[in-house]
Amino acid sequence: MAEMTMIKAITDAMRTELKNNEDVLLFGEDVGYYGGVFRATEGLQKEFGEDRVFDTPLAESGIGGLAIGLGVTGFRPIMEIQFIGFMYEVMDGLAGQMSRMHYRTGGYYSSPITVRAPFGGGVKTPELHPDSLEGLMAQTPGIRVVVPSTPYDAKGLLISSIRSDDPVFYLEHMKLYRSLKGEVPEEAYTIDLDKADIKREGDDITFVAYGAMVHSALKAADQLSEENIEAEVIDLRTVSPVDLDTIVESVKKTNRAVVIQEAQRQAGVAAGISAEISERAILHLEAPVARVTAPDTVYPFASDEDVWLPDHNDIIEKAKATIDF
Amino acid sequence: MFQILDEDGKVVNEDAMPDLSDEQLQEIMYRMVYTRVLDQRAVSLGRQGRLGFYAPVAGQEASMIGSHYAIDKEDWIAPGYRDIPQLLWHGYPLWQSYLFSKGHYKGGQMPEGVNALIPQIIIGAQIVQTAGVALGLKKKGKSQAVITYTGDGGASQGDFYEGLNFAGAFHVPAIFVVQNNQYAISVPADEQTAAETIAQKAVAAGIEGIQVDGMDTLAVYAATQKARQNAVDGNGPTLIETLCYRYGPHSLSGDDPTRYRTSEEDDEWEKRDPLVRFRKYLESKDLWSEEKENEIVDEAKADVKAAMKEVEETPRQKVSELIEIMGNELPNNLQEQLEEYRAKESSE
Ligand SMILES: Cc1ncc(C[n+]2csc(CCOP(=O)(O)OP(=O)(O)O)c2C)c(N)n1
Repeated sequence: MAEMTMIKAITDAMRTELKNNEDVLLFGEDVGYYGGVFRATEGLQKEFGEDRVFDTPLAESGIGGLAIGLGVTGFRPIMEIQFIGFMYEVMDGLAGQMSRMHYRTGGYYSSPITVRAPFGGGVKTPELHPDSLEGLMAQTPGIRVVVPSTPYDAKGLLISSIRSDDPVFYLEHMKLYRSLKGEVPEEAYTIDLDKADIKREGDDITFVAYGAMVHSALKAADQLSEENIEAEVIDLRTVSPVDLDTIVESVKKTNRAVVIQEAQRQAGVAAGISAEISERAILHLEAPVARVTAPDTVYPFASDEDVWLPDHNDIIEKAKATIDF
Repeated sequence: MFQILDEDGKVVNEDAMPDLSDEQLQEIMYRMVYTRVLDQRAVSLGRQGRLGFYAPVAGQEASMIGSHYAIDKEDWIAPGYRDIPQLLWHGYPLWQSYLFSKGHYKGGQMPEGVNALIPQIIIGAQIVQTAGVALGLKKKGKSQAVITYTGDGGASQGDFYEGLNFAGAFHVPAIFVVQNNQYAISVPADEQTAAETIAQKAVAAGIEGIQVDGMDTLAVYAATQKARQNAVDGNGPTLIETLCYRYGPHSLSGDDPTRYRTSEEDDEWEKRDPLVRFRKYLESKDLWSEEKENEIVDEAKADVKAAMKEVEETPRQKVSELIEIMGNELPNNLQEQLEEYRAKESSE
């Protein structure tokens, strides 16, 4: 085991799979020679050569199309979108093409593609860099959306994504890249893509979160614990499809739920989950399912993101209101 | 490559010499020097954490100022994130550019009469929008043009080709400037395309294309002036590639150019510096002096100070204000959230 930041764990996962399978290719803007704007691909071109790890011209739609074409010719592409907001440029590639390759060819072709993109607030990036667009992709059947929250999960989930024969949109929260360290095994290991993880056990209320909000939820849970409220914190790990079994089981135990996301309130992942909880466990609920989210505006770029983004205090407030309902 | 002044400031292409008065020549130099100082100050303010996002422009002054000087006050600009100088010379106040840098919505409020879009973060988006602005101007029967800017990297985007093609197909008054500063973050221009020049991409769109020495402000001016004339005369769009260099990092957000550039390369380009070259030319005509230049440096520094003061006095934006500016009308979800956040803000 080694202590690693999340970004190192991500690099390590790609290195492992580049080594493990000749068909794995890694490409995108600045990922080759430079090693990525966040250094996520640092050293990989040197180690595996320009045939396997390479820069592309600056065109996301081109990158997506390249991945699809390489996918049907037997490769296993890892493509990077430099920042999540640039996914709009490749929306057809992601939502219109990769996601339905298997379906429309009756299983003859598929898209064994991993799409990596940094996202997430709190690090003062310009507009269209930090947005939480996972809900947009979660609306698209045929593509998994994975969001790790720890270095350990990041490596295991990325290896699983690369090995998956179906396309995976793998989102890396920028704030988590270097802000926390954790034990990460040196060897290859996988984590089930469709399984949520209970990061903290508790009997009084269920927090459902993903990405950086897992850590806010844990912080809120710790503070609530001082008032004898024990929250169970579920880390979704994959936001599409959602592991509803784990959530429903937890809600049946705690009878209360708060669903937490960094994204705006309208539609999105938390909305879907709260509807599912209501449908599947209404008779177990002591209070309505609550949501903690950002407001329904455009992401406010750098200057006020800390006010705009939900935090552990918002979670505590919602949790108390749910308990006092 | 189209050039008028060589590296020593000597005229190598007399026939192409634009018709500019001594005052106009001095004004161009004034703007380039002022812009260089603004850039140096912005880099230093950025390093102190007093600005937000900033993309350095040193090395590109001839390209930026030369092209902008050739357009009219009434013309439109659709800039990329690096094209702040052109906006400033078009009437966008400095303090607002700082607010834009910091992500304050007041930075995006163009003053009345400044025909410009706000700087684009998404590469290529401004290129397709330019075709739209140009079509709008044409349909309104205006004798105005629109100029847009992107980089060598930006010329790879699908939007770039779509924008050029639309502008050609609709035969609209658009000027597309690709500032080929040799790198798109770390990727060199010759890895963006197998085409010999970016200018030649105009051929496929059926529009005019020209490659210009982007360190030669007179050449950039002359090429842009011609493009503008063509645009307003109804002769269609032009693509201008300006070969230049960015001395600094890609942006102040952690880029380290020493990882992909050599100092020999930097030195090579600095020899072609647009300010040095134009200064030599002006000096040869007795139009420039050190005192003049020092005055500009002081003036620019004072302006930066005043603008920063204004920025620091601007109240921090509230979430409730962001909700209010989402649209012309407040839909019901936002009405509810507005009340929620106002209550929160008043209890803070
Ligand atoms: C659609 C899109 N893709 C990627 C980026 C990230 N990015 C910002 S600047 C840049 C390089 C741009 O290079 P170039 O077009 O040559 O312009 P320069 O910055 O050199 O002026 C990249 C990849 C972006 N802002 N928008």
